[in-house]
Amino acid sequence: MKARIIVTLKTGVLDPQGKAIESALKSFGIDDVGSVRQGKVFDVEIAATDGTDAEATLKAACEKLLANTVVENYAIEIV
Amino acid sequence: MRAAIVVFPGSNRNADVARALKLAGAEVVTVWHADTALPEGTDLAVLPGGFSYGDYLRCGAIAGRAAAMDAVRAHAARGGLVLGICNGFQILCESGLLPGVLMRNVNRRFICHRQLLRVERNDTRFTSAYAQGQVIDVCVAHGEGNYFADPETIARIEGEGRVAFRYCDAQGTLTVDANRNGSLNSIAGIYSEQRNVLGLMPHPENFVEGLVGGTDGRGLFESMAA
Repeated sequence: MKARIIVTLKTGVLDPQGKAIESALKSFGIDDVGSVRQGKVFDVEIAATDGTDAEATLKAACEKLLANTVVENYAIEIV
Repeated sequence: MRAAIVVFPGSNRNADVARALKLAGAEVVTVWHADTALPEGTDLAVLPGGFSYGDYLRCGAIAGRAAAMDAVRAHAARGGLVLGICNGFQILCESGLLPGVLMRNVNRRFICHRQLLRVERNDTRFTSAYAQGQVIDVCVAHGEGNYFADPETIARIEGEGRVAFRYCDAQGTLTVDANRNGSLNSIAGIYSEQRNVLGLMPHPENFVEGLVGGTDGRGLFESMAA
C-alpha cells in the first residue's frame, strides 16, 4: 500500500523560506501569487493491506518523527 | 564532575566542549548515539553542537529519538544535569526534554558572529559563576536558532523563570538588532522545569581561553564543575 504524507507549518508560524519563495516568484513577474507556505511531502510504502491499519501506522510515523506538532500539521492520503 | 558527551553522526563540536569541560576540572567520557546507557556515575550529559544526521528532516529530529536519548531522558528524570549546545539545544527540543522548537533564522541566513548574552539568573547549577544580569560575550553559529513556542508555552516559561540567557546589547538591553535570529522574547537558552536541563544556541565552549578571543564562556563550565 502506498501513502502520501503532507507536512505543513501551522497557521501563524513564521515561514521565512515560504516568504523568500513568494518574493522570488513575484520578482520573476508571476504577480498573481498571493502568499507561499513551504511544506514537505513523504511518499511512503507500507506493508499493511487494510486501510485502518495503514492509517494507524502512518499516524504513528507522523507523531513520532515526521512532523513536529509544536509547529507543524500533517495530512495522510492513502493513494 | 563526570561528564558524558553524546556523539551523534554529524556532531562536530564534541572536542571543543570536552576541552572546555576539562579546563573546568571535569572528567570527560564519550558516549555513542546507539549506546543505551550513560557510564556509571555520570553527573552531566552533554549534547554538543554540529549537524547530527545532516540536519535531515528537521534539525535534531532524528538525534532526538536516538537510543542514547532514552538514557539522557532517564538521567534528567533522576535530576542529573543535561546541557545541549546549538544542535544539542535543537535535539533537546525535538526529544521533548525542553519545550518549543528552533526555527529557521528570520533572515534566512546562517549567522556566525560574536554575540552578547544576558544571564537571566545565577541561582542555577549552570550559572552560579556569573552575576545575575551579567552581559557575557560568546559566539553564535547557526541557521536554525529562531526560538518559537505557542503563546501559552512562552507565558509558562517566562512565568516560571526558565529563560537562561537572552540576546542583548552591551548594556544588557534586549534590542531587535541583538536578536538576529528572530527568537521570541530574545530567548537564547532555556531551562527545564527543575532547572537541571539547559539548552542554548550560543557556544560558550568557544570562549574559554584568551588565546582565541575571550573567556566569558568559562563561567558555565565552572558553575557545573563547582
